[in-house]
Amino acid sequence: MAEQIPLVNYLELGEDPHLTASECTACGARFFDRRNACASCGRTEFTKVAISNKGEVRAFTIVAFAAPGVPVPYVAALVDCEGTSVRANLINVEPDPDHVTLGMPVRLATQVIGTDDNGTEAVGFGFEPMGG
Amino acid sequence: MASDDLWVLGIHMTKFGKHPDMDLVDLASEAVLGALADGGVEMRDMGVIGAGNLMAANAGIGQQLQKQLGQTGIPVYNVANACATGATALRVACMAVKAGETDMGLAFGVEKLSGAGLLSGGNRKEDSGTWSPSGRYGAVAPVDGRIGTEIMPGVFAQIGMEYGHRYGGTSFELFAKISEKNHSHSTLNPLAAYSKKMSLEEIMGDIMIAYPNTRPMCSANCDGAAAAVVVSGARLKTLSPEQRRRAVKISASILTTDPWEESCQILPDVNTLTRNAATQAYEQAGVGPTDLDLVELHDCFATAELVHYDNLMLCETGGAVDFFNSGATWRDGSMPVNVSGGLESKGHPIAATGIANVWEVATHLRGEAGDRQIPGAKVGMTHVIGLGSACGVHILEKAA
Repeated sequence: MAEQIPLVNYLELGEDPHLTASECTACGARFFDRRNACASCGRTEFTKVAISNKGEVRAFTIVAFAAPGVPVPYVAALVDCEGTSVRANLINVEPDPDHVTLGMPVRLATQVIGTDDNGTEAVGFGFEPMGG
Repeated sequence: MASDDLWVLGIHMTKFGKHPDMDLVDLASEAVLGALADGGVEMRDMGVIGAGNLMAANAGIGQQLQKQLGQTGIPVYNVANACATGATALRVACMAVKAGETDMGLAFGVEKLSGAGLLSGGNRKEDSGTWSPSGRYGAVAPVDGRIGTEIMPGVFAQIGMEYGHRYGGTSFELFAKISEKNHSHSTLNPLAAYSKKMSLEEIMGDIMIAYPNTRPMCSANCDGAAAAVVVSGARLKTLSPEQRRRAVKISASILTTDPWEESCQILPDVNTLTRNAATQAYEQAGVGPTDLDLVELHDCFATAELVHYDNLMLCETGGAVDFFNSGATWRDGSMPVNVSGGLESKGHPIAATGIANVWEVATHLRGEAGDRQIPGAKVGMTHVIGLGSACGVHILEKAA
């Protein structure tokens, strides 16, 4: 199997792929980016937490017109993963409003987005309809 | 008029649209000379300049303007605050006058955007070489389109859809009807970039950009400028009866940013900071939503206008859909919203928008809005929001 690298460092690959967040030890605010301090309370200590793979679509859009080189259409969404909001594409679903609905239950899924000159695969993530 | 009140003494906006023969300084000059003439004052009367331009924010547009209209040596504050840039420039003039540093100040905003396409979301090149994590997410490849969307039509589409998820009642057709209203309103506005009426069918059948926003449901990129002269109540008392009669009171001038909320770094939260700005503005002005005769709010996309009915407390919490469906926000309704045509039809030359909306309201309060005059208008509100985020709200009142 080819070596793999996650598209972003908050995606944990392996047996049980999942997203992780930096959680402020003082107030519990969660962040996906590299932090200087907590935007909610200003403290500087964080702990790494796993995000639930299950979520509900709280908002979505179907992008039909994007910057050059970005394949369309794609479904962008705000997914509520049991209390933590996550930005992601919805994948493995027809990109039209008959198949994508508000409140739809979804789960995390990974997919290879490309292979570099060393043969390493970059792995991205999205959310797919539950039960499919 | 109390001595420490703030007033708009003169105000002007250029026609929004394509101005291929005018550069930024030409457009800004037209707006500024118009505002000075409108107020019966000159450049040498100004004690401060708040200068707004976003797309060439490092070019010192304030000093460029001075070099054409008058180098009087006064302080210039060049500001850039996304789509709230114009309101921020106006805030600078307001703060300087309020602080007593001067009794008369100038604010202007100018932008050239004709022909600009999507204003965010980077072009994606072929992935090549070897994966190398970079940036705050350690991304090995561009994430726009792979992890959600960065394009504005898509971001604001989700903002409208989230409102629908929370309260119900939204649909593609509902959002398109909001756009239909604004495109109808602009038919009476000779300064609008687009003044052609569009049917619901035309709007829904146009090019889809990011569902549910089709092209006419997106703000129109165009060129334009607007400028205002702000004066203290004390100075206004010394001016002519005609200047005092046409002056428009700035009853509230507010700028907020978004306080941290759980999902605000995932999908921009345009709601909390707008609600905070509106709350502060109503308190500062001593008026409530029912006192407003017209509102110019930031309909950067049709999906955005809906949520701001709620955020500005023009309707009950969660009641924006019913409020719109009641016809309230059409120009003959109980709370006319965007009678100028709004950003979708009047156009959105970014830095000009936050002063052009003040011009629109002020023109109605002066009774000078011609065919689109809202009869008897006495109190109005303007609102802009720039992602990042910044929200500017002004409440204006007719001179007593």
